[in-house]
Amino acid sequence: MSSLSTEVFAPSMLRRGATRTAGTIAADLVFSALLFVGTLVGVIALATLIWSIFDAGWARLAADPIAFLTGFVSRFPARAGIKVPLVGSAYLMVLTALFSFPIGVGAAIYLEEFAPRNRVTNFVEANIANLAGVPSVVYGLLGLGIFARFLRMGPSLLAGALTLAVMSLPVIIVAARESIRAVPESIRLGAYALGATKWQTVRRQVLPAALPGTLTGTILALSRAIGETAPLLVIGLPIVIFSLPNDLRDPVSALPLLIFDWTSRAQAAYAEAAAAASIVLLALLLAMNAVAIFLRSRYTIRW
Amino acid sequence: MVATPPELSVTRRKARTGERLIVNALFTCAVLSIAVTVGIIAVLLFDAVEFFRESSFFDFLTGTVWAPGQGAGVGGRYGVLPLLNGTLLIGLGSLVVGLPLGVLTAIYLSEYASNRIRGVLKPTLEILAGIPTVVVGFFALQFITPSLLRPIFGEERVFIFNAAAGSIAVGLMILPIIASISEDAMRAVPSSLREAAFGLGSTKRQVSVRVVVPAALSGIAASVILGLSRAVGETMAVTIAAGNSPKMTLNFFESIQTLTASIAQTVRGEAAAGTVRYNSLFALGMALFLITLGMNLLSARIVRRFRQVYS
Amino acid sequence: MTRRTAGRGWLLGLALAAALVAAGCGGTDDNTGGGGGTTQLSGNIVIDGSSTVAPVTEAIAEEFRKTQSGVQVTVGTSGTGGGFTKFCNGETDISDASRAIKDEEKAACTGKNIKYQEFRIGLDGLAVVTSAQNQFLDTLTFKQLAEIFKQGGAKTWNQVDPKFPNEKIAIFAPDTESGTYDFFNEEVLGDPKEGGFKPRSDYTASSDDNTLVQGIEGEANSWGYFGYAYFQNNKEGLKDIKVAKEGTTGIQPTTETITSGEYPLSRPLFIYVKDDALKRAEVQQFVKFYLEQTPQLIADVGYVAAPQEDYTQGLSKLQPFLTTS
Repeated sequence: MSSLSTEVFAPSMLRRGATRTAGTIAADLVFSALLFVGTLVGVIALATLIWSIFDAGWARLAADPIAFLTGFVSRFPARAGIKVPLVGSAYLMVLTALFSFPIGVGAAIYLEEFAPRNRVTNFVEANIANLAGVPSVVYGLLGLGIFARFLRMGPSLLAGALTLAVMSLPVIIVAARESIRAVPESIRLGAYALGATKWQTVRRQVLPAALPGTLTGTILALSRAIGETAPLLVIGLPIVIFSLPNDLRDPVSALPLLIFDWTSRAQAAYAEAAAAASIVLLALLLAMNAVAIFLRSRYTIRW
Repeated sequence: MVATPPELSVTRRKARTGERLIVNALFTCAVLSIAVTVGIIAVLLFDAVEFFRESSFFDFLTGTVWAPGQGAGVGGRYGVLPLLNGTLLIGLGSLVVGLPLGVLTAIYLSEYASNRIRGVLKPTLEILAGIPTVVVGFFALQFITPSLLRPIFGEERVFIFNAAAGSIAVGLMILPIIASISEDAMRAVPSSLREAAFGLGSTKRQVSVRVVVPAALSGIAASVILGLSRAVGETMAVTIAAGNSPKMTLNFFESIQTLTASIAQTVRGEAAAGTVRYNSLFALGMALFLITLGMNLLSARIVRRFRQVYS
Repeated sequence: MTRRTAGRGWLLGLALAAALVAAGCGGTDDNTGGGGGTTQLSGNIVIDGSSTVAPVTEAIAEEFRKTQSGVQVTVGTSGTGGGFTKFCNGETDISDASRAIKDEEKAACTGKNIKYQEFRIGLDGLAVVTSAQNQFLDTLTFKQLAEIFKQGGAKTWNQVDPKFPNEKIAIFAPDTESGTYDFFNEEVLGDPKEGGFKPRSDYTASSDDNTLVQGIEGEANSWGYFGYAYFQNNKEGLKDIKVAKEGTTGIQPTTETITSGEYPLSRPLFIYVKDDALKRAEVQQFVKFYLEQTPQLIADVGYVAAPQEDYTQGLSKLQPFLTTS
């Protein structure tokens, strides 16, 4: 389609003798301004969002951060704390990682290293790509129908973690595949030349090399999972709960669920509390992303 | 595919059987992804079928009232059109916000920005993409409606819960998707095309608008459809800010209800297993799944079919 | 080509996971050794039902946790109807209700062999409200309330009263699962089979009373209703409307008018407890605590205490089930 450029350009340019008319220059300026504004709107929107959250919630958080972080929910919004959902989110994250990381990396290894190029493989790959685009609320319905009801786990820590794990799986697979793919052939060939089997090569050469990228992708996937409300809401995780889970089958709450509940409450004090909890959540996400980026920059091997 | 080691001597036969087990285990992991899809479809289908056994499929597709009845299944009206209406409004509204901003940002990043600015802008977009949807919803309800929409459009016209606030919120969320994928598509356009145009005396604007964008069009279109798919699947921001009133309307300042918000509302309100209301969740889920699946497939198809082949 | 040992990536990942688990585990020490000299109980109590009653239950659960931190209490808000469906399905231990159990629900419970005890735990005045920005509303008669909420009812305020402006009525009310909805319809609309009206369905319905409050606050021409506590807790943005039964003057919902029954839309609040659940010590103690503490707490929450006999009767009803004192 390179003919497009000649069709569009050559005749008109030649006609006008390829000079920059005033009209052209004006249009250039307008366009540049448009680009500038367009890009800036996104940035300003983000800044406004973060500013308004902080404006609403900082006073509440800074007034007594320990009480806020370690307190329980209360009928008095000024006394409410986020301990149970915060710890719940941490538990969920660890369990989700535990479930999704091995399976995701395993699938990625198989698809990259061992799978033959046939229709089954193509189908599996296409399927994973589609799963990545399924809305989180549908994963919630999966969790509700299968984990919570059919397997009778109820709205528990286990059901929540499994649901989030299933949701994160496609993302982790994609990230792991890319890291594995980035390892050059020469590494593998060298290992084979030295008499290693396929699996030995994968286990001792390819995987360690691909690990930083994989971990980065996993942490990013987990940070997304932690911010998700819909799947946990649909499973039926409680919001008003006064104790931490002792067991995988105990009910658990999560930070985004709490923010959702507090946002829905009309008292102004709850809006402040919701904003304060949002700050905590954002800080948590920031920390996770920082770790991921640190991993990526420090440990990624430049081939 | 990667190279396989040459078949060598006897010494590694033992390693081979252990290896076979491992490969089978890995294969199982990969196939688990199929199990997930099967699981989703099974769950949705099973309970959706239950739903359609008690509630007319025809009414579902054509009814204009969504009013779930009492828990005992008495007198509920389950027409999906108002919910589709709401979802459509949010989808289109978010494109109105996200598409121009996203494409403009992509053009800027790809054609105009220096590496330093890119180094700042790209992470900023990633941050925007990473903000949890509850927080964006909170922002929409507490800020966009009272401090942006109402002052501009008038307190009377703008309902406290409205589709416009939801659209802006979702638009901000899909902006990074559209920007990033479009930018990738634009960067993939080979420099030779640009240089040819510059050589003919074009300005940067003309190159961007008349060469790069048309050449990257398939990628941009794919990004738009992906963004739309994301907007359709978005739950929390619209539940918080756009309201919970299923109705047929084109007025962005009214409160509406999307497919996703209806699921969230039903789950909060009551989810006693086996009732019509519970099963309606899965009928909605099915609709949602099919819509987003269709869009994702379409997006992939567009990329495959119309991708420029650069010799 | 240099090769950094990426083995450290493993360690970092492990350290991260360990830190998180440690942080989580650090919280569980709360479950050992609560307060007071009473025996420490443990177990799960699943409560669901009315969003009107939920604030009371939540307050009780909050206080109960201070002495019995080993007992996990979860409070859901599926609505009175939804709560009963789950209750009679065996899914919950206690059902909050803002109306008495209906015959169909009783039948469902008997069908599943679920016996239960009913306890009256407080009084609520169903508050009819509008936004604090509203200038023209002061009193509405029952007839006018029916006019607003019945099927095919008024669309603009001047259809309710010609003196009111020609503005669209923005209705926010509980959805069909709500006991509050049932109560309002019974009292105001009457039985459709006996000359009453059916309720309309074209309004902003929500099982979440907080959503209703937010909606009503935000619209000058709004109208809605919910439990009195939600009005009490959001007074700044709301205005209560006096309610007048035929031939009388409008009564404002206050603690006094609700207790005396003068306010026409007063109603009792209930909890229903499964007999099976009452076999467990933690449930026994919880219900006992509930009946003992509610009179003190309920004003905090925004409702009105029931007459003391209700609580005393409840405690004596509970007595045979108590295995510990």
